[in-house]
Amino acid sequence: MNAPVDVSRRRFLQVAALAGGGLVLGFRLDPAAARPGAQSMERAQGAFAPNAWIAVRPDGRVRFVCPRNEMGQDVYTSLTMLLAEELGVDPRRIEVVQAEVDPAYVNSLLGAQITGGSTSVRDAWDKLRHAGATARTMLVEAAAAQWQVPAQQCTVADGVVAHGDKRLAFPQLATAAAKRPLPHDVALKPRARFAVIGKPMPRLDGADKVRGRVLYGIDVTAPDMLYAALLPCPAHGGKVAAFDAATAEKRPGVRKVVSIGEGVAVLADHWWTARQALADLRVQWDEGPNARLDNAAIHAALEAAVDHPGAVVKSAGDAAAEFARAKPIEARYTSQMLAHMTMEPQNCLARVGDDGVDVWASTQFPQAAQAAAAQAAGVQPERVRIHAQQIGGGFGRRLDVDYVAQAVAIARAVPGKSVKLIWTREDDVRHDFYRPPALDLMRGVVRDGRVLALGKKMISPSITARMFPDGVKDGIDAFMVEGVANLTYAIPHLDLRVVIQEVGVRVGYWRSVSNALNAFAIESFMDELAHAAGRDPVAFRLTMLDAQPRQRAVLERAAKEAGWRAKPGKRRAFGVASMECYDTHVALVAEVSGDARAVKLERLVFAVDPGIAVHPDQVVAQMQGGAVTGLIGALRSKVTFKDGRVEQSNFDDFAIPRMAEVPPIDVHIVEGGDRPGGIGEVGVPLVAPALANAAFALTGKRVRSLPLTDGGIAFA
Amino acid sequence: MTTLKLNGRAVDTDAAPDTPLLWVLRDHLGLVGTKFGCGAALCGACTVHLDGQPVRSCVTPLSAVGAQEVTTIEGLDGRVAQAVQAAWDAVQVPQCGYCQSGQVMAATALLTRNARPSDAEITEAMQGNLCRCGTYLRIRAAIHAAAKRLEAST
Repeated sequence: MNAPVDVSRRRFLQVAALAGGGLVLGFRLDPAAARPGAQSMERAQGAFAPNAWIAVRPDGRVRFVCPRNEMGQDVYTSLTMLLAEELGVDPRRIEVVQAEVDPAYVNSLLGAQITGGSTSVRDAWDKLRHAGATARTMLVEAAAAQWQVPAQQCTVADGVVAHGDKRLAFPQLATAAAKRPLPHDVALKPRARFAVIGKPMPRLDGADKVRGRVLYGIDVTAPDMLYAALLPCPAHGGKVAAFDAATAEKRPGVRKVVSIGEGVAVLADHWWTARQALADLRVQWDEGPNARLDNAAIHAALEAAVDHPGAVVKSAGDAAAEFARAKPIEARYTSQMLAHMTMEPQNCLARVGDDGVDVWASTQFPQAAQAAAAQAAGVQPERVRIHAQQIGGGFGRRLDVDYVAQAVAIARAVPGKSVKLIWTREDDVRHDFYRPPALDLMRGVVRDGRVLALGKKMISPSITARMFPDGVKDGIDAFMVEGVANLTYAIPHLDLRVVIQEVGVRVGYWRSVSNALNAFAIESFMDELAHAAGRDPVAFRLTMLDAQPRQRAVLERAAKEAGWRAKPGKRRAFGVASMECYDTHVALVAEVSGDARAVKLERLVFAVDPGIAVHPDQVVAQMQGGAVTGLIGALRSKVTFKDGRVEQSNFDDFAIPRMAEVPPIDVHIVEGGDRPGGIGEVGVPLVAPALANAAFALTGKRVRSLPLTDGGIAFA
Repeated sequence: MTTLKLNGRAVDTDAAPDTPLLWVLRDHLGLVGTKFGCGAALCGACTVHLDGQPVRSCVTPLSAVGAQEVTTIEGLDGRVAQAVQAAWDAVQVPQCGYCQSGQVMAATALLTRNARPSDAEITEAMQGNLCRCGTYLRIRAAIHAAAKRLEAST
């Protein structure tokens, strides 16, 4: 297992906010909050930088320091829009730069500087609008003072303050605004006056991405840098016992061979040379405790815990009595492990020098990268500078920073030199932190066409126990109970439990985390109960949603837009699923055709209520992309172990959907709230159950395992 | 020493002849718009043009390039490429964007040889280019839009 990176440093992660199973918004901006170094430099150069996020420079540039990392989910644009709405500048004229590691940029929903959990917009909603309003207020006051007119009589349009026929652009006001006191109680625009939020806007990073001009972590270079390729121990948790580098060192272009414990690295003038030289290494491994790990043992470990009572996530009434009174319907659901498969393989550029440590990396968690680099270099975290880059796909993989620790450990062997570590795709697949395997025991009693009692016990390893030990309390990992603790259905008798059962595999957060595992079990089983009750699966769910008007609305909308019918005709069928996740309500109808030998996915129809859609086109994009991510685990892909090794290695034996497999995906947005919910992961969890339910309606075959091909469904 | 015809210029490199073109471009010549994804011609992120044909540079040794004209995303130009990139902008295709250089190279090659591809022809041409963010629907829409744009401009 991967040892936690400097646990004492990670304890700052106050996940207490998660204890209720949901995320709590508890942030209030302190205008005198920390002012990080780069902003101090901006101020020293005459810029107006009233808080951690904005710098209006006398040379005319307006800069937004983006506290989250861009990995495709649109934070660069969405967060800029929040700031721009109140600042009064066209977002397209704002330069976005990536924040350094600083307390000012902590994600209040997660307690650390972290990009994940579909929290970016929710966390920034108040902060960035407030930051923009504060800056605008001070700029207006500076203009009003110069003109000797009341500030209330001034207007702002695209970075220009006006009064009568007088005009001053923000940069002209920067110096004067910087001398003004921070205002108290700035008012935020009412929703009816939004001019940026909810309006069309091209992605600020879009044009550069179409022209190959964006630099990702893997693209960053440094003068005189060396490249490193790594031969990791094939068994997770194993280490180097002895190695012979004589042949590798003779290869032209190879500069050094070093052991970093978990593997042997070759440093060379070019990566291809380093990679080729790995084949010349002779390594004797101590494969450690997982040397014999295989899939049967992993699933046997889950099975061994079925009689464990576990921890109660949610309960109501007396489910045990109802299960004793009437014979419950019972079913078991299983999910296999998944790899993340980011298109950009893991990589990191690092330099360990007398002046500290520099790290250039694609990371969702720069604060952990800083801690990991500090530990690997043997310095204090304050001596580590993290230069976070645009990310070529995160999906949760880059919440782990193993590759940062490795690069720094390698760079330590060549002090003062920059070293670029790049993993092979094969190692990326084989040394991932996998979506956990899960076994779900479901029980239900149906009476008078409704669910009377529901029981659920999820048995699965805990990611949080490894990453954030404080996040596991009384046997409950807050990230294992998503979709359970916030179950939307009104059911009189509930007994919903979770059992943490380790299986010897390092598991990681994978886009939508336990929402996907829990939704597969709950929403498939709900379909079973609907059929047992003789009810239409949509109508059946609606009867339990009287107290959830937003959930009702998306379910009704998805059914309507899809043309839902329980029996649409021969060789054609629908399946439905519905849930709340990340403070967003979502429902999905899957339409399929064909027969059991070849089920063809014809269409996916979402209705989604994120409260407020900040950047509507990218809400659609995230839902579509989320659905494609959902198809990875639903269709055919899985990670399996044999003899301590992952059996898959590349895009051939761990498939991700290609163009032919992706059907039309319709997204209907409902705005039923007064603040935004999360969106980055919302498209993922309902795909598997909606598809399984549609396949059942089509073929009569109920598949209770992921990937669905494991259960005997073949896809066209 | 090998001389490449690269993006309309002659460029010398001292990379070993068995070095994949991808790493010659990225590490030796500093053209990092072409991406490493799989190293095995399975994902298409490294797609470049050799004499206008899309190839996977991660499995194309330098020695196999010879006198063929190499075009990368940095050197991509012309009527078709501009229509493709304008359509990509209009449809708002990219998410993380890492695969998009390869997608644009593949789409440009497709539209150069087939001005009005059908859905089936688009699927066939683009099937080798993976997008982990799942932008396929927009890629398809953008290729159709680029085809219309080209038709309107002839």
